[in-house]
Amino acid sequence: MLRTFCLIFTMLISALSATASAAEDFDALINQLPHKNLRNITPLLEKIAAQDDERVRFVLTEIVNGDLYYLKSNKQVVSIRKTPDGDYQLTAIIGEQALENQSKSAMKKIRTSNRIRSDIRGLLAQLDLTHKKEAVRLAAVKQILDDPNSESIALIKKHLKTEKSEDVVQLMETAMAVNQFKTGSVQEKTSATKALKNSLEPSVRNAMVQELNRLSEYKNSELSEDDKALKAALTKAIDSIKQKRSIYEFIENLFFGLSLGSVLLLAAIGLAITFGVMGVINMAHGEMIMLGAYTTYVVQQLFPQWIDYSLFIAIPAAFIVSGSVGILIERGVIRFLKGRPLETLLATFGISLILQQLVRTIFSPLNRTVAAPEWMSGSWQINPIFSITYNRLYIVIFALAVFFALLAFMKRSSLGLHVRAVAQNREMARALSVRSDRVDAITFGLGSGIAGIAGVVLSQLTNVGPNLGQSYIIDSFLVVVFGGVGNLWGTLVAAMSLGSFNKFLEPLTGSVLANIIVLVGLVLFIQKRPKGLFPQKGRAAE
Amino acid sequence: MKLKKLIAASSIIATSMVAQMAYAAETIKVGVLHSLSGTMAISETTLKDTVLMMIEEQNKKGGLLGKKLEPVVVDPASNWPLFAEKTRELLSKEKVDVIFGCWTSVSRKSVLPVIEELNGLLFYPVQYEGEESSKNVFYTGAAPNQQAIPAVDYLMNDIGAERWVLLGTDYVYPRTTNKILEAYLKAKGVQDKDIMINYTPFGHSDWQSIVAEVKKFGSAGKKTAVVSTVNGDANVPFYKELGNQGISAEDIPVVAFSVGEEELSGFDTSPLVGHLAAWNYFQSVESEENEKFIAQWKKFIGDDKRVTNDPMEATYIGFKMWAKAVEKAGTTEVDAVEQAMIGITVPNLTGGTAVMNANHHLSKPVLIGEIQENGQLEVVWETPDTVIGDAWSDFLPSSKNLIADWTKPVNCGNFDITSAKCSGQNF
Repeated sequence: MLRTFCLIFTMLISALSATASAAEDFDALINQLPHKNLRNITPLLEKIAAQDDERVRFVLTEIVNGDLYYLKSNKQVVSIRKTPDGDYQLTAIIGEQALENQSKSAMKKIRTSNRIRSDIRGLLAQLDLTHKKEAVRLAAVKQILDDPNSESIALIKKHLKTEKSEDVVQLMETAMAVNQFKTGSVQEKTSATKALKNSLEPSVRNAMVQELNRLSEYKNSELSEDDKALKAALTKAIDSIKQKRSIYEFIENLFFGLSLGSVLLLAAIGLAITFGVMGVINMAHGEMIMLGAYTTYVVQQLFPQWIDYSLFIAIPAAFIVSGSVGILIERGVIRFLKGRPLETLLATFGISLILQQLVRTIFSPLNRTVAAPEWMSGSWQINPIFSITYNRLYIVIFALAVFFALLAFMKRSSLGLHVRAVAQNREMARALSVRSDRVDAITFGLGSGIAGIAGVVLSQLTNVGPNLGQSYIIDSFLVVVFGGVGNLWGTLVAAMSLGSFNKFLEPLTGSVLANIIVLVGLVLFIQKRPKGLFPQKGRAAE
Repeated sequence: MKLKKLIAASSIIATSMVAQMAYAAETIKVGVLHSLSGTMAISETTLKDTVLMMIEEQNKKGGLLGKKLEPVVVDPASNWPLFAEKTRELLSKEKVDVIFGCWTSVSRKSVLPVIEELNGLLFYPVQYEGEESSKNVFYTGAAPNQQAIPAVDYLMNDIGAERWVLLGTDYVYPRTTNKILEAYLKAKGVQDKDIMINYTPFGHSDWQSIVAEVKKFGSAGKKTAVVSTVNGDANVPFYKELGNQGISAEDIPVVAFSVGEEELSGFDTSPLVGHLAAWNYFQSVESEENEKFIAQWKKFIGDDKRVTNDPMEATYIGFKMWAKAVEKAGTTEVDAVEQAMIGITVPNLTGGTAVMNANHHLSKPVLIGEIQENGQLEVVWETPDTVIGDAWSDFLPSSKNLIADWTKPVNCGNFDITSAKCSGQNF
């Protein structure tokens, strides 16, 4: 009895001391970090990863994220978080105590390179296989699937039995099956092929293609029956995967086309009002877009802590800024040039130059940085080969929303009725007591305001600089003319079809030639139908 | 600070107004041919300021040969033919002794016939596609073998890249560089199907399809890397799209030849972090000369946030070399200075030594840096020694037998070593 007790006691002691020395080791290893450079840090990181310590995961994650630093003064390793006031909040890795906030100049980063980081990710994936969260486990298996080695496959095999989540199990089985192509017998390979024939994972296809290539090196007569069966199964599976891929590729291209189309739609729709409905050739339209983009920048500068919501403030702000500049231009210049298109064109071109220079003087000729909110980043992974980026998705939805709102405004509101009335017959509208001057100003303001909203959206896609507007003005005119002047539906159809046409051509011809082909096609089309896709009919056409 | 700017500005005005006055003989005139307006103004204005800073420093030391240096600044306005006209103006009307200028290859090509005809002297400070060596031009930026080729070597040996995407803007520098790289990769045994080449127009902003294509290309089981000669602004939407489509620098690293500190200062850097850039100088390199240079620059420009970059270092080296050569030759006469230039050494800003070689190209170290959140680049790899700039690429069939050597007895910018003939066509 006593002996058993003693035995248990000694075992306990030794276990305790083992953990204690492991912790010491971990501390010692961490303290070595500041003394390593890019060339010799990898072995140390591997040693750290091999430690049985719950802080390992945290430390490795911090390194990958670039948040692990050491203090210059005493070489203490810390993880840092930025505080809202620009300082950094420090937590010591050893002892896990919070330290005084410091500025960045007091510390130095534990440096890594791409290669080291991807090694660490591999190590982390192995640790993450037992993580509490399903999503983390899924990501870990995915990481291993992309770059498998015998160690990680063994780990997957071990955890497969205890894994509860269906998705993770499925992916783990895929990983195991892919591994069969490396290590399995011919029969195992054939059954793996059959099991994987619906998988879209790139690594599955790669493994199959590799295996098929290997088999193709032999003549048919050299292959055994089993080999032949495997070859047939592989060919069939690859074909079926290829077919599915081409369907998704088509959908992907369609989405790219729609998203380019909605950018064109947003840029052009304001012009569809000022040029299409009012008949004013407004060369400063691009600068209204630019003003909208700069408004986003200013909003982000004013509320740096609210980047995630900045766009919701920027959209109305940009509408107001661009809209009021538009009204100013209309009241100040355009109304005096009514019915003189050439002079209007020149005057608005002059205004566009003035606005550009103004922005250069106020904000500097360099591009300004507009940050993307968190919810606009990343993509929605629908399956392993098809994903939709969030920013494009939201922009498509937003563009359509703006379009229909504008359509409703023109068709349903009394102001919209006035606008259409003035556009169709100014004298008659005036005779019916419509204040045409006021309607003109409001219409122009509306068109410019919508251009401003387009600027907010473009600030998320491209550079915010003085030349932003110039790159969209020609496209905008093209869309409006192609769709048929004065027809909002035409603008929608034109924008979407130009976008899709461009995106379906691009993989075939490259983007330079695709642009040229689209332009040539447009020129020919306009020759044939000068009034665009949906010309105005009846009396409105005059 | 304002006063200093005022002096610089008034000296510019003074030069243009009193150009023909008699005292001009007592100064050495330095032409500055950088665009101060138009699309290239963003990049080139910085170099104009760098030259003015160097002149100011030299004058503080008492000038050259006992004479003060006098800057003559002209604005070719990002307009390529205007570069030729302005060069003519600088050489025949202003009678400058040396010109520092040009950024784009098109502008340099436009200047070349004029500068050769009037026997001027041009220092060209930007990385370029090579295939050129004029007697009247000193190339202080990198040739392809001092930027592109080492970068590819790094990706191949250290990152293990096997598939290659060569992306570029559609103009002469990316096209020639990609041609050289393609030949180089094939010589290294890379197959055709593992190379993808794509060109986009200037200022391209819709990168969805191209990035999706790169992603597909990179999912074929082999490590893929992108070599980007995409120019200027178009980089921002490109990297943004990479980030959004979930391609990280660890999956598919992008090494860029046109993204430096100056460009990064206008970017939202978060999607770029971890991607690579290849240059011969980074602001982050720790050396005594560099610290001095950065401090001098910030003081001269009066803005603590301004950054330094590779073409500025090239301008710095070019100017120091020219000053040294003038002192060595004892005159500013072009032929004498040209001969004196060859073999001149000047400490570069990364702690090494820059040597002007007989082919009018420099010896430079090649650095690969990773982009950091603060817009700086941290060195992750560098060549063990400096690399001599190669005027004519060894990897293009048309130029592999050509060399440039402006010393006796060859004295030729385009010398065929197999037939021992000088074609005389230097560009």
